[in-house]
Amino acid sequence: MPGKLKAKIVAGRHLPVMDRASDLTDAFVEVKFGNTTFKTDVCPKSLNPQWNSEWFKFEVDDEDLQDEPLQITVLDHDTYSANDAIGKVYIDIDPLLYSEAASVISGWFPIYDTIHGIRGEINVIVKVELFNDLNRFRQSSCGVKFFCTTCIPQCYRATLVHGFVEELVVNEDPEYQWIDRIRTPRASNEARQRLISLMSGELQRKIGLKVLEMGGNAVVGYLQCFDLEGESGLVVRAIGTACTLDKLSSGSAPNTNTHMHPNTAPASNACNSPSKDGKEPVFVEDLPSSSGPPTPFRALPTSSSPPPFSPSKPCSRQSSSSDTDLSLTPKTGKNTWPRPSFPFSSLPSPTLHIGEFPFFTLTSFPPGFLLHVGGVVSARSVKLLDRIHNPDEPETRDAWWEEIRQEIKSHARALGCHAVVGYSESTSICEEVCILSASGTAAILNPRYMREGCLDIGCTDHRLVSFFLIVQLKVSDSLNVSHHVFEEPSPPNCGFCHIPYDELNMPFPAQLTYCYHCRRQKVPDVLFTTIDLPSEAAVAGKGCLIQARLCRLKKKAQGEANATAISNLLPFMEYELHTQLMNKLKLRSMNALFGLHIQISVGENMLLGLASATGVYLTALPAPGGIQIAGKTPGDLSSEHISSIQKRINDTIAVNKELYQINPPELAEEGVGSPIPEPRHRSRLFRSHSESSDELSELDLSHGKKDAFVLEIDDTDAVEDIHSLLIDAPPPTGFYSCNTENMPGISNWTSGVQMFTSVRVLRLSNANLTNQGLNKIFTDLCENLLKSFYFKLRSMIPCCLCHLNFTVAVPEEELIQVTVTAVAMTYDKEQTQEKTMKESFHVQFNTLSTHQSRKKKFKLYSLFIHPSSASVDYGSFADRCSTWLELLRLKAHTIRRGSVKTISSLERCSPLQEGRSRSLRSSRSFGGSSVTVVKMTPLSFLPGTRIIKYLGIINMFFIRETTSLREEGGVSGFLHSFIAEVFAMVRAHVAALGGNAVVSYSMKECVFMENPNKNQAQCLINVSGDAVICISETDQESSASTANTGQTGGSETDGAT
Amino acid sequence: MSVELDVFVGNTTIMDEEVYQLWLDGYTVNDAVKVRMEGGVMDECEASKDVLLSDTMDQYRTFQMCERLLHSPAKLANQLLFQIPPHRQIMLIERYYAFDDTFVREVLGKKLSKGTKKDLDDISAKTSVTLKSCRRQFDNFKRVFKVVEELKGPLVENIRQHFLLSDKLARDYAAIVFFANNRFETGKRKLQYLSFQDFAFCAGQLISNWTVGAVDNMVEDMDVDLDKEFLQELKELKILITDKDLLDQHKSLVCTALRGKTKVFIEMEGSFKNLSRGLINIAAKLTNTKDVRDFFIDLVEKFIEPCRSDRWSAADMKLYLTHYTNSAHILDTFK
Repeated sequence: MPGKLKAKIVAGRHLPVMDRASDLTDAFVEVKFGNTTFKTDVCPKSLNPQWNSEWFKFEVDDEDLQDEPLQITVLDHDTYSANDAIGKVYIDIDPLLYSEAASVISGWFPIYDTIHGIRGEINVIVKVELFNDLNRFRQSSCGVKFFCTTCIPQCYRATLVHGFVEELVVNEDPEYQWIDRIRTPRASNEARQRLISLMSGELQRKIGLKVLEMGGNAVVGYLQCFDLEGESGLVVRAIGTACTLDKLSSGSAPNTNTHMHPNTAPASNACNSPSKDGKEPVFVEDLPSSSGPPTPFRALPTSSSPPPFSPSKPCSRQSSSSDTDLSLTPKTGKNTWPRPSFPFSSLPSPTLHIGEFPFFTLTSFPPGFLLHVGGVVSARSVKLLDRIHNPDEPETRDAWWEEIRQEIKSHARALGCHAVVGYSESTSICEEVCILSASGTAAILNPRYMREGCLDIGCTDHRLVSFFLIVQLKVSDSLNVSHHVFEEPSPPNCGFCHIPYDELNMPFPAQLTYCYHCRRQKVPDVLFTTIDLPSEAAVAGKGCLIQARLCRLKKKAQGEANATAISNLLPFMEYELHTQLMNKLKLRSMNALFGLHIQISVGENMLLGLASATGVYLTALPAPGGIQIAGKTPGDLSSEHISSIQKRINDTIAVNKELYQINPPELAEEGVGSPIPEPRHRSRLFRSHSESSDELSELDLSHGKKDAFVLEIDDTDAVEDIHSLLIDAPPPTGFYSCNTENMPGISNWTSGVQMFTSVRVLRLSNANLTNQGLNKIFTDLCENLLKSFYFKLRSMIPCCLCHLNFTVAVPEEELIQVTVTAVAMTYDKEQTQEKTMKESFHVQFNTLSTHQSRKKKFKLYSLFIHPSSASVDYGSFADRCSTWLELLRLKAHTIRRGSVKTISSLERCSPLQEGRSRSLRSSRSFGGSSVTVVKMTPLSFLPGTRIIKYLGIINMFFIRETTSLREEGGVSGFLHSFIAEVFAMVRAHVAALGGNAVVSYSMKECVFMENPNKNQAQCLINVSGDAVICISETDQESSASTANTGQTGGSETDGAT
Repeated sequence: MSVELDVFVGNTTIMDEEVYQLWLDGYTVNDAVKVRMEGGVMDECEASKDVLLSDTMDQYRTFQMCERLLHSPAKLANQLLFQIPPHRQIMLIERYYAFDDTFVREVLGKKLSKGTKKDLDDISAKTSVTLKSCRRQFDNFKRVFKVVEELKGPLVENIRQHFLLSDKLARDYAAIVFFANNRFETGKRKLQYLSFQDFAFCAGQLISNWTVGAVDNMVEDMDVDLDKEFLQELKELKILITDKDLLDQHKSLVCTALRGKTKVFIEMEGSFKNLSRGLINIAAKLTNTKDVRDFFIDLVEKFIEPCRSDRWSAADMKLYLTHYTNSAHILDTFK
């Protein structure tokens, strides 16, 4: 009997009127865990009942504690007929199961009903007493911490990174069971919610077991997804990165090691104090360029945002064999670069099967962790779903993912990389067709951080024979990368750009130059990655969101034929998306993409592709050339037309350069090896031929000193494409946007934070749409969404939209749905400029100091994996039409919107900032208001605050249904209130855990279905994030507010402040 | 192609005060968009009409969802659905309960019943306040009336605590409730020149001087009703006009005090008896509910109009009344 769960029902408030006659409610509560149910007394005739129940005690296995949620049902007592349910609260008690998180859940929870939404609130207290040493119970994995955050969480330190963990569980979807025909929608929804809650719990427990097996104590970058496969079932799957984490907190140091691997536990104890002592000074002194208010990113140049990786790591020396010894003496990370004393090939061959996939779901790493970045690797596979026959053996789904992962691995190897970072998986399902996608960034990691056997390189070559190979890579046979000897320390701010693979054996054509920083090693001309910009990377100017959008019609089909059609389309879509990205990148005069996420969504009659990334100018990479327009045959289009387009492109580039403040430090060109001229190769990548460019000779191509990038106008398609390039309006003055964790070029955040979710669904009324027409509609949809955000958030200027996460779906034949979650953050304009100047100075300094030409015999790069079949005939597969020719006004006037406007909007001031200052004195009229303010952000940090405690993962799944759609304000009204309710429930749970913020928040799923004719709609939402307590870095008094909610936080709070 | 669904939800509820005002004023979404466009908000962020429309719809939806909470403002502070900073909550409440003086002037003193509600479209047409706004304001009056009607204690304080209103607004509502409860007639043509604020001032005076609460805060009864005992006692003033000696004595005292202090002394002296009779008669009749209702019209007809025709200034009036009251105190009868 390892655990006792105790729950107490205190009170309710704002209950709905259940008895029309008296306008009151006779409420009582059922508390259920597993198969045990308790009831409170009926509190007659009150909308604000006080139950003050006894403690209901459940004696349960810890396995159940992990799987099951506590289920609280509020009912209205009815003497003569059945009791009416008012609503339910599901409480995930997982956060109570590890010692350093919350110790009690206590607070007001919204009472939720899947038909009526939130109906009042209930005050509940939940506690857990664990009896035994949990490590002995192998079925459970209590004590393993989960983090959604994709970097090492603040206030922790990773002593070991064990590697990839994955698991999936399958079940029948209650919505599709026979019983669903006879039960009410409410019962069906509740069955689903409960099942998914159970499955999530089970999944988390199983992953926890794997982590324990590997000797870790935490999962970072935990990504859990649902596949609603309809008839064929329900899949809940998760991936993550197993780590051994140490808490960096004086108060709680001893108990962090409770569940630690026996080897590492004493060691980490020993090192806790030195690391703590060394911590703060390191941050302050080593950072000449951080002038802004302290944020997690102030550690930019030398140490990365997650403190755990700070240089002082003498402890882990004892952790395991000397081969994988992690020791870095303090400060080595700064000047002398880690020197692996052995080639990779000397690593012991893998013994753990878990090490089969050297994947990391993390997107940001400590300095020195990432040695080289190869490029994006991705794989997609189209599958036909069939019923999952035996839920206990989910082999089919496992095998599918296994295939994909193998493919990813082989791609990475082809790029000369032994690991994949920033790894993620996703699916898109339409009827019985399912596209599985995985993507990541091939990289070479510093083996010192790795656990033995985690990186298996040079092992057996699993060659994937995928049913549909999306990215067909001609993998060279020489897959061993053992000749990568890292005898040369790479400078921190350019090392990761250096190509990781063999120059002579490039997997695809590319243009290489010597690094513009160190002049020693080769770098590609562009770099695409799925990770965040490494904090030590040298950049010029600011970053910006770059999106490629694409629609492709397809014929309606069934089964195999459908799957084949889809898989035939996929490579073209990837190619086009990539071309668009590349062109837009050039147009912004940037040379690298971070956080690249390509989503391909399948519908009955179309495929949607959306690629989002954050463009940035890496000073280590060559300056991008301009874009040159060429007509194929002079007769086709008048040269004036071409030159006018050319002029617009050039103007746009110039405007963008100014807008994003891209002024890379001038470099002395002489000493450098000139770019390796391979224009022919590139012309294969992009629709371009340079043969007909005679007439353009006098055009101004001043942007690129080097060869410009040639776009050929050979048909209306090309004109179309160029127009669509120019369509993207730059954000209005005062706004920046990115989809990564940190905004390149901005780090001095102020405290204004506004997280938001926006959903837009478009109905395509015209059935005879062309690809071109669809593209425009889709592009406009995305652009208009962005414009709406800018407008709505204008009071926050100057501000940056960070972590813009677009999700597209085709819920029905003629519907396109785009869901966006992002956070707007204010920053200090003055300090940005200062910072940028300092940064560029810093860059130059580095360049000088490392100016030393060195010959290296290898290093190649890859930016992306293309279909190697370059002979794709574009004209043939798309019947593009020329109807859409109107030129879209180029918004080149943005710049001249003067500072006057900006000032006026500054005066109006952010509502948030205002709120803070006024809330103190305005409290008079709200005496006794007890609602804790809970901030939410998709990022791993909140500006101006320090996270002092992670309280556990929030993973919630809600269904909302209505049969009175019109009365609830139509589809928009319905979804608006549902999203608001989901936010409210997340906030309530966080507050009950004693937290005041959610970081790494994401809305994984937002499935919306409607039937306006029947006045019905249904929506499913899945959200996740990390509940935390954070305290203001400047304002110490706020720790008081966290202390009163976080009953256990007392000691940590004191210690931390 | 049409936008089927379009929502934007912030963790901190985003509310534009301008749009809120338009919503309160009863503008339709399309009209509100027009007003905003004319207001030049489009230039601020290079917004297009679509963007404005989408934003306006979002905000209108938010306000509609909030409206339920605004009906009992105390809920706004401890509800969980919307995360609204406290100063915004105050703004929302204050604006929601704000009203148009022109509108309130029309319903002041009327019974807040369904019948009056039916007349709202006429009032809307007359005052050019939209019907929607009229309804909101009327419902606010009714809601406040219903809640405080039953409550003990000071009226203004009750309103302020239950509806979290500012002192000024709470006082105005107190006036509205007070007028509605006592059904003072304010609609007559002769009273048209008086603004709501004029009446609100009177209400304030009446509440603080003529109600039970004014005399004794501890008394069970509340501020809404006039103190019956006091009204009864007013009858005793009649002696001032029925007793000839007393009337003359009073007059001479007042005139002595006023002499040389005003330009209209002659007129004052001449009309003293008439005016005094007018005042005392009004006071003596106040035990009748009907006469209470006509209190203001009587005052105007019997007292203010004669004074106006004699071209008294406001200062003259004040002076006169001060001495009228003070002199009465000196009289033996009232010692």
